[in-house]
Amino acid sequence: MHTTKYTITFVFILSAVVALILTGFREGTKDRALAGEEIFNKRGILKTIEPELGEGVTADGLSAEEINEIFDTKIDQKVLDTKGNVLTEDQVKQAGYKGGKAIDVDIKKEKKKPEADRLLPLFVYNGKEKVYIESVIGSGLWDLIWGNIAIKADKSTVVGASFDHAGETPGLGAEIKDNPKFPASFAGKKILDDAGKYVSINVRKGGAVDVDHDVDGLSGATITADGVTEMLNRGMKYYQPYLKKQ
Amino acid sequence: MAETAVAKKKEGGLAFGKKERRLIVDPLNENNPITVQVLGICSALAVTSLIFPSLVISIAVVFVCAFSSLTISLMRKYIPNSVRMIVMLVVIAALVTIVELFLKAFSFTVYKQLSVYIGLIITNCIVMGRLEAFAMANDPWRSFLDGIGNGLGYGAILLIIAFFRELLGKGTLFAGTPLALNIIGAGNDYLINTETSFLFGWYVNNNLMVMPAAAMFIIAILIWIQRARFPKLVDVS
Repeated sequence: MHTTKYTITFVFILSAVVALILTGFREGTKDRALAGEEIFNKRGILKTIEPELGEGVTADGLSAEEINEIFDTKIDQKVLDTKGNVLTEDQVKQAGYKGGKAIDVDIKKEKKKPEADRLLPLFVYNGKEKVYIESVIGSGLWDLIWGNIAIKADKSTVVGASFDHAGETPGLGAEIKDNPKFPASFAGKKILDDAGKYVSINVRKGGAVDVDHDVDGLSGATITADGVTEMLNRGMKYYQPYLKKQ
Repeated sequence: MAETAVAKKKEGGLAFGKKERRLIVDPLNENNPITVQVLGICSALAVTSLIFPSLVISIAVVFVCAFSSLTISLMRKYIPNSVRMIVMLVVIAALVTIVELFLKAFSFTVYKQLSVYIGLIITNCIVMGRLEAFAMANDPWRSFLDGIGNGLGYGAILLIIAFFRELLGKGTLFAGTPLALNIIGAGNDYLINTETSFLFGWYVNNNLMVMPAAAMFIIAILIWIQRARFPKLVDVS
């Protein structure tokens, strides 16, 4: 019915038109999408320090303006390397992050680099005391898992944590994000033992035994829970050289 | 004679008469994509554990179904038969990508919640099914209306399933939105507090409702109810 030449021309024109339209939509919405993503990430960070933000304040309840205000006035953003040195804004920009700040650092991208080259975002909340908010990333059962954890000025006690995942199973591994009780169980735990040695936190199958260093496991999601334990252990260790100097 | 001439004239163009109204209303009941045509079941299982995501997906499907039907119908005389399906997929995928981009820009939180399901609209049989069955053989206006109708029919079923799954599986309605209602559960913030209720103290969240299998049961029950009420649908599919 239609010649081959017609078919090929049709397909070419269709592809070109669709590509143009989609590119147009993408460019038109890009700024809003990036701003939305930044607010989403900032919310995740503020979730770890909800008790510090005030009575009854939740990160989800804050507006975008309020979130930006907290970040502008009360949070120092620092980018560290794995040896504990603070990088300058220019060094961060050179690494490919145009904004030059900790919030711009893509932890998924950094995970692919060799350990020695990684950039670590650190958020220091200046409340009544300093709170150090670290970012960690690791592997769950199916795909990546990541999160933020806030440590008090004593460099050991946890204020709060928040987690997210790329593809864990709803009701099982996804509980690290969907069930508020899981991140809440980290509040008050300690990452250093009584002698000051780094021991991290263990998500223990069968329930917490050590009151200071264990949290209850997730029933049916042992591999994800083990992933969280590993992620925290390795991820928080990167920040230790910097914290020791504070 | 004059009457039939006038009647024939009204059939073309952007008329909105009885026939057009049927295009929108039929898929809500008599020709429902899920319970009668039995299409689009897969996404109905996955997304309906909560009402809010189901609502967002329904709106997205109405949009994609309507505008892909419109686009394909406009092109129907020019599409080479050998690449027909591929062209349909390109149009559907483009529209779904537009929905995704819009969602990403205007509500990043909702986008994160639904990112997997939005992509699955591309594979939703209803959209492809209507393009093949209707849009390829009808004019743009009517195809557009047919797309809207089928999208609405799909959305109606989705919301019914999600209502029961969320209520019985989690005890809430519209969780995750400002309109969230805690209906039944343990604790004082629920309308029916199972800890203190006399009639409902025994109730525990039905975990089967949280699993996709529950959606299959609910769809089966809906099909049963619909065919009992409208016997003419019994041997349709």
